[in-house]
Amino acid sequence: MQSMTETAQRRQTISKSSLSSIRRRENWLGWLFAAPAILGFVIFVFGPMIASLWLSMTDYKVASTPHFIGLENYRNLFNGTDAFFYKSLGVTLYYVILSVPLQIIVAFFLAILLNQKVKGLTFFRTAFYLPTIVPLIASSMVWLWLFDPDMGLLNVIMRALHLPESQWIYSETTVVPTLVLMSLWTVGGTMVIFLAGLKDIPDHYYEAIEIDGGNALHKLLYITIPLTSPTIFFNTIMGFIGGFQVFVQPYVMTQGGPNNGSLFYIFYLFREAFTFSNMGYACAIAWVLFIVIMLFTFLLFRTSQKWVYYEGEGR
Amino acid sequence: MTTSAFRWQRVLLYAVLIIGSLLCLFPFYWLLRSSMMDLAQIFEMPPKWIPEPFVWRNFIEPFEQLPFGRYFLNTLIIVVGTLIGTLLSSTIAAYSFSRMKWVGRDKVFAILLTSMMLPFAVTLIPTFIGWQSLGLINSYAPLIVPAFFGGGVFNIFLLRQFYMTLPRELDEAVFVDGGNHFTIFTRIILPLSRSAVLVIGLFTFLNTWNDFMGPLVYLNDESKFTLAIGLQQFQGMYTAQWGVLMAASLIIVLPAILLFVIFQRYLIEGIALTGIKG
Repeated sequence: MQSMTETAQRRQTISKSSLSSIRRRENWLGWLFAAPAILGFVIFVFGPMIASLWLSMTDYKVASTPHFIGLENYRNLFNGTDAFFYKSLGVTLYYVILSVPLQIIVAFFLAILLNQKVKGLTFFRTAFYLPTIVPLIASSMVWLWLFDPDMGLLNVIMRALHLPESQWIYSETTVVPTLVLMSLWTVGGTMVIFLAGLKDIPDHYYEAIEIDGGNALHKLLYITIPLTSPTIFFNTIMGFIGGFQVFVQPYVMTQGGPNNGSLFYIFYLFREAFTFSNMGYACAIAWVLFIVIMLFTFLLFRTSQKWVYYEGEGR
Repeated sequence: MTTSAFRWQRVLLYAVLIIGSLLCLFPFYWLLRSSMMDLAQIFEMPPKWIPEPFVWRNFIEPFEQLPFGRYFLNTLIIVVGTLIGTLLSSTIAAYSFSRMKWVGRDKVFAILLTSMMLPFAVTLIPTFIGWQSLGLINSYAPLIVPAFFGGGVFNIFLLRQFYMTLPRELDEAVFVDGGNHFTIFTRIILPLSRSAVLVIGLFTFLNTWNDFMGPLVYLNDESKFTLAIGLQQFQGMYTAQWGVLMAASLIIVLPAILLFVIFQRYLIEGIALTGIKG
């Protein structure tokens, strides 16, 4: 009797220890499988991030030893010593505030249209999505040609219709709105995400509104918008983050001009870093951008509690 | 709702959709048309819809004036290298983060996810200095090597979401048969997630093919340029040579469009997937 319990006990301890050895093995293997990604994070994200924060407090230029100068770079940015900083921040904010809501509205509107059981859905979806896969450098070329003030098609059409011509990207006042217009060409990506969100709304919600005698506007306000609000939220954040990082269009199409009218933030940063070799200063510029993006995201998250509806949470 | 009102609504709906999609497609048409015209035709007023005669020379010019063939090859090298790195490392990492149990797993993943919020500008300069100190500026290493270290958190995230939907019983069955995690990964998870892997491969291809800033920052020698950088060079040389410029642009656009047309079903499903969890 005693020996039996002993064997049973031993078996239990054996199985326990082998189980824990399996666990330990899995623990070790799990880290090993994830190691490249973790290393990548340390080498290419976390390390550079810390290095960038430190560099932003130095006067580092290429081929010189960095000297610690505290917050001087930041001071020079904010006290207006470098007029380009506020200019680029202004240009970028103007672009973001104009383009993000417009993109969301147009993409949402198109998605609602495509969700009405239309014939030829695949064709329309492809047509709207296609511009998003074009290399920005190539689409910049095409739009450069379309925007040409003398020979470009847009002004040719304006002339034919006896409408006032525009200088498009060649005038300080119209360059940002023109680039916003160009960005609307690629709302297809956002539209496809909205379309997926709309497809998830069960039909009986709409039927309930119909029974209560509601119309299309009621459906939009009380069903469609609340239920897709998480997607609207997601697309808004992605739009903001993308909008703050516009680079190719100013670099290729306008070189930041005319008269710094399209001095986008990343273009300004790139110029400081790689044209003027002010690496430390450029790092400070980058950190300000990071903080601005965090601030925007934080504010959006804060307000999201008021307008984003998550199912099963009951508001 | 009366039937006639309903019919008018449908007409309006289709009108908006047709006009909208034509507006989206129009730049493609204008690109194609202009790429086959010489300057005299391009500047003709009112503009012609169809080139007459077709000028094929525009497509030869980029290869004669600049080494566009070489650029094509360079771009392909970077794309293939990045693809291999991304697919290898993101699938393995996603497997570890979804189907293996280890201490601190979810915390580590949450930390990795934060890097999606970080603007690339913050890491750009120190990363550049790092590659510079290794003497690897003007090589493809800075453009390819990072792909082998995780292949992008976003890709890991997408794959992880997908792996988590696969039933656990599959793993247990393999363990009972004496298999290990490597067997599960290669024999079960990878074959079952072919469509998700395909989507990630497509996005990676397009992103690398379209990348402008990476090659701009890291490549100096003309012989190492990619198509995107080459096209920008070309624009500098041929201001207002719209026909040739459009032909050169078309050369870059075509592979992307071709890929999209072949795999569009997967791509659209994939992009929809990215938004759902938001």
